[in-house]
Amino acid sequence: MIKNRVAVVGAGMTLFRRRMLETGREMCWEAAKMALDSAGLTLKDIDCVVLGTAPDAFDGLHMKGEYLLDGAGAWRKPYVRVYVGGGTGVFVPIAGWWHVASGLFDTCLVIGEEKMSPCHPHPQYAFSTIWDPILTRPLEPNLIWIFALEMHRYMHKYGIKKEDIALVAVKNKKNALDHPCAQIPAKITVEDVLNSEVLVWPVQRLDISPVSDGAAAVVLCSEDVAKKVTDSPVWIDGVGWCLDSTYWTNRELAYPKYVEYAARMAYKMAGIHNPPKEIDVAEVYDPFDYKELHHMEGLQLARKGEAPKLTKEGVTERDGDLPINPSGGLLGVGNPIAAAGMMKVCEIFWQLRGEAGKRQVPDARTGLAQAWGDLMQVGTVIIMRS
Amino acid sequence: MSEKIKEYPGHPLKAEDFKEGKVLTTKWRPNAKYAWSAGIAVSRFLKELKNGRIIARKCNKCGRIMVPPRMFCEWCFKPTDEWVYVKDTGRIITYSISYISAERGRLEKPMVVAVIEIDGASKNMGILHKVEGVDIEEAKDGKLFGMRVKAVWKPPEEREGAITDILYFKPLEEEG
Repeated sequence: MIKNRVAVVGAGMTLFRRRMLETGREMCWEAAKMALDSAGLTLKDIDCVVLGTAPDAFDGLHMKGEYLLDGAGAWRKPYVRVYVGGGTGVFVPIAGWWHVASGLFDTCLVIGEEKMSPCHPHPQYAFSTIWDPILTRPLEPNLIWIFALEMHRYMHKYGIKKEDIALVAVKNKKNALDHPCAQIPAKITVEDVLNSEVLVWPVQRLDISPVSDGAAAVVLCSEDVAKKVTDSPVWIDGVGWCLDSTYWTNRELAYPKYVEYAARMAYKMAGIHNPPKEIDVAEVYDPFDYKELHHMEGLQLARKGEAPKLTKEGVTERDGDLPINPSGGLLGVGNPIAAAGMMKVCEIFWQLRGEAGKRQVPDARTGLAQAWGDLMQVGTVIIMRS
Repeated sequence: MSEKIKEYPGHPLKAEDFKEGKVLTTKWRPNAKYAWSAGIAVSRFLKELKNGRIIARKCNKCGRIMVPPRMFCEWCFKPTDEWVYVKDTGRIITYSISYISAERGRLEKPMVVAVIEIDGASKNMGILHKVEGVDIEEAKDGKLFGMRVKAVWKPPEEREGAITDILYFKPLEEEG
């Protein structure tokens, strides 16, 4: 079934910031150029391009994939845009993976881009277009409603306190202090989180990642090509994805079953039987602090309701037994949606290559990146090994 | 980011750069209008809301009674079998308290929104709606989980066949 083992051989990203002068195209170009340069390749070496970007409403620009094409290096190449909401960022390299694993192509440039700043004064209202137009939109929902509903259900079901969840924001923003592209790195306390503006209880200002512009990219290639271009390839050994029902008011929100399914698919492919023991470093999707915990449980890295305990014990710190989000995550580095998931894949690449500098997790050989989104219904998972 | 990279691409802008015209921009405001047909299942659901009733759809294979109703069962992937009236009461399975509007402005008064599992429908079959008549401080303490609630309807002459024909849900205990 799989004809080629697939390697990541280069990665790149722009700064993540609230507003960027660069257009989406220009950001794609910057990230793609850095990824190609770091792989020692040029666009001539690239057989195909896969791009991910989230809702068109942010840019007010339909055909966004086509708009970004030239910056993405896709001129006169097989090219496709993929989209699964917030899960897109890790779905792009999965789609890139199957382009190469299938034997159809030897090399693939993979890009995640997001420019949320054009929607003025705030992209919040652009999210109105995601709701069911008949049953939900007339209630004038705010996007944060549904995540607050999920967070609250998770807290209630397992008896988790807000101060335990806030530790994730404290850790990730601290980790981001060592990421040179980070948008909101900070030294904060649990009290700062609990005293921040209440948006939609139980979600407060510091529980949540920012609005961002940015792009990130990786270069994928077959084993044959990888052996020619690098001594230190990072292999994609497992991929998984799964979507739950869009009827999100009809299911238990305390546990993300679809994330578990996506993870099980990826673990099976990678031959991983004991995830917390075998995963050395994980970039888990953290647009909100509770999501890191929720996802650790879905990914089988913690038992149900027990991720807060691991966090409290320091297990998920960079020097802990199971470092989670050493990059600083979306909470610290920023959340340009499709680019944010790709940033996580880039981080695992740099971690497994030993290039992460101050953020480096010691002896990282096996890493995981995961993203999540749509109406709390998609999980995308990738397993990488050095 | 790799420690091998020393320069990081991108030129950040501030909100003031836009306000003060320091960045060249082109502006556009969409004026698109939409009218969505409600479909087979939800049209009936909306008609029943106009009558002050909630209707569900049952799949005889998996046995689920589904709200919102659908003409197909996404589990069994077959047509659903019958219409079933369910109650306008239920139980709060999760909720949040919104201090902001859809546009991100601050609300004058916080608003409770909840997923309400409807009595007579299957477990976890909830709908999203507003809840009024509850104490916000108690709500912040998590006291509303499991609370029994009842729909408060618009007067019949004002109903239009919309989810907003239910104004909100209120605690069932308050029923006189």
